Amino acid sequence: MGLPARGKEDAEARIAHLEMPAGQAGWARLAHAQALTRFLKMGLPGRRDEYWRFTRPDDLNAPQAPPAAVADFKEAPVFGEIDRLRIVFRDGVFDPEASDDLACEGLEIERLQSAAAHDIHWLKDVYGVLEARGQEPVARPFAALNTAFATDGIVIRATESVSRPVNLIYLHENPDSDAILHFAIKVESGADLTVLENGPAAARFNKCMEVEVADGGAFHHVRAQGRDHERRAVTHMFARLGKDSAFKSFTLTANGVLTRNEAFIELAGDNAVAHIAGAAVGDGDFHHDDTVFVVHDAVGCESRQVFKKVLRNGAVGAFQGKILVKEGAQKTDGYQISQSLLLDEDAQFLAKPELEIYADDVACSHGSTSGAIDEDALFYLQSRGLPRPEAQDLLVLAFLAEAIEEIEREDIAEDILGRLKGWLQRHRR
Amino acid sequence: MLKIDNLHVRLEEEDKVILRGVDLDVPAGSVHAIMGPNGSGKSTLAYVLSGRDGYEVTHGGVALEGQDLLELEPEERAAAGLFLAFQYPVEIPGVGNMTFLRTALNAQRKACGDEEVSAADFLKLIRSRAKSLRIDPDMLKRPVNVGFSGGEKKRNEILQMAVLEPKMCVLDETDSGLDVDAMRLVADGVNALRDEGRAFLVITHYQRLLNHIEPDVVHIMADGRIVKTGGPDLALEVETNGYADILQEVA
Repeated sequence: MGLPARGKEDAEARIAHLEMPAGQAGWARLAHAQALTRFLKMGLPGRRDEYWRFTRPDDLNAPQAPPAAVADFKEAPVFGEIDRLRIVFRDGVFDPEASDDLACEGLEIERLQSAAAHDIHWLKDVYGVLEARGQEPVARPFAALNTAFATDGIVIRATESVSRPVNLIYLHENPDSDAILHFAIKVESGADLTVLENGPAAARFNKCMEVEVADGGAFHHVRAQGRDHERRAVTHMFARLGKDSAFKSFTLTANGVLTRNEAFIELAGDNAVAHIAGAAVGDGDFHHDDTVFVVHDAVGCESRQVFKKVLRNGAVGAFQGKILVKEGAQKTDGYQISQSLLLDEDAQFLAKPELEIYADDVACSHGSTSGAIDEDALFYLQSRGLPRPEAQDLLVLAFLAEAIEEIEREDIAEDILGRLKGWLQRHRR
Repeated sequence: MLKIDNLHVRLEEEDKVILRGVDLDVPAGSVHAIMGPNGSGKSTLAYVLSGRDGYEVTHGGVALEGQDLLELEPEERAAAGLFLAFQYPVEIPGVGNMTFLRTALNAQRKACGDEEVSAADFLKLIRSRAKSLRIDPDMLKRPVNVGFSGGEKKRNEILQMAVLEPKMCVLDETDSGLDVDAMRLVADGVNALRDEGRAFLVITHYQRLLNHIEPDVVHIMADGRIVKTGGPDLALEVETNGYADILQEVA
């Protein structure tokens, strides 16, 4: 099925100024070419697409990135107190000077371009492979575009349990930057890796992360998206989990006129565990969309989706979450909750929870709620001496707690909590 | 300590007058009880004192140690020394009981210009208070009032009172939903706090609670007014004869 002429033109215009990287091995060239074919077949998303009804893709579809002011902020960046390996990208370009030495015991870290230049590399089985698997049954054109045209990125192979997290740090300095970053990660059997992400990346940011977790491996991911009010970002996380492996991802989102975070998690080996969580806070011109797809394709797997949004003053939050339990994926334990706390009558929450189950011995639950702050609780706290703004912050943090609890490392969770408290204080009425 | 002067209050939403001229003077060191039939305005009085939204004071005033209470926000009233033990304590999922109490205590200390209590000192304080109220340490870790039994909720109110050490304690039907043993425990908690510098206003339907918390003065409230005031015997009279006789007598 081809695209109508108009759609084809738009898709071609979108990529007209993008270039595929040169000097790559045959398998990498093929991966880029196949991704381009996928993208051109899908075309750009429109409002009529089932999964784009809540979010206008216009700014992501535009050939040029809409300019975004470089955010000016005073507080120190998140994760600053944590011993971590820093990898810095400036407007989507790796900055070796600002980064730490990439040598780390238990990890093989390489720049994407150099890895893709090797004829034989583990990356061949991951790059674009997980992304392509995640295109069914729902098309994710910006992920295919990313695979085809990623301008930079890092690939990581973890062979041991590494306690020091790898921190991808993004810096935004050019108000017109249009960054496309691609990360491919392979966590080998029995290895354990933590990846942190933070910082405004570019005026427009397209990020794709592919994570292959082998049997018994564990991958932890904590991300903070914030500070840059005019951010337009579309990000994808593709993960495939082997037997007895674990995948845990948490995202804090604050500010941003357009953020779409997609995840496609495939539980492919028995007894794998996948948790994906998000806490988003928006005030004013804010649109945040979590689109999550979890596929159970093995026996005895557990998945949890926990998404919480606090919205006010015209802010919009969207959640589209699906649990697909394939035939034979017995003893599946699936859980999904998406909730919003609307701090005034101008905020909006749109949710589409979905379950699709083809096995008969499964336990799946899902819930979605939207509500205001509990005035009785607020008065109770006030009557005990808490000023109203503090009382409200306490209730907001209590609302977000279930998502934040998904962060396993206490120091990281404390850091995230501190950021949230700061944001709430700055946005008090 | 607490002076209520010709207080008139109406419900904002229903345009319904609830209090029609309440006068009350509760001196420091004393325990006053307010009894009265359903709908007499007892709980409204408690809410108005604590500053809950939805009530409009149309006439009169309330002073706590000479300070105009009605001008203050609920949290300012708390910092000024007022405490309301709720008839229906509110459940707050996600907020740990301990965190809640420490935040409250420190907020009040901050408002009074005192230093915050350290985590270690607070732990010591709350453990000793909890022990005398026979509160399970596990209850301190759980979210505020979530999954607490009726008795646990009321004991938790008294625990908050013991930690915050207010000057003026208003107990709104603290006996409701309590069995005899739980009531004794709550009463013991209150009695332990009786002090020269502290006053209590105990609101109740029944005389039972007043067997355990002996009042100095008993007021009978009906139709938004204090209709009769007397000694502890007045409570016994209500217990024996009900409210009807008294109401007839003052009518």
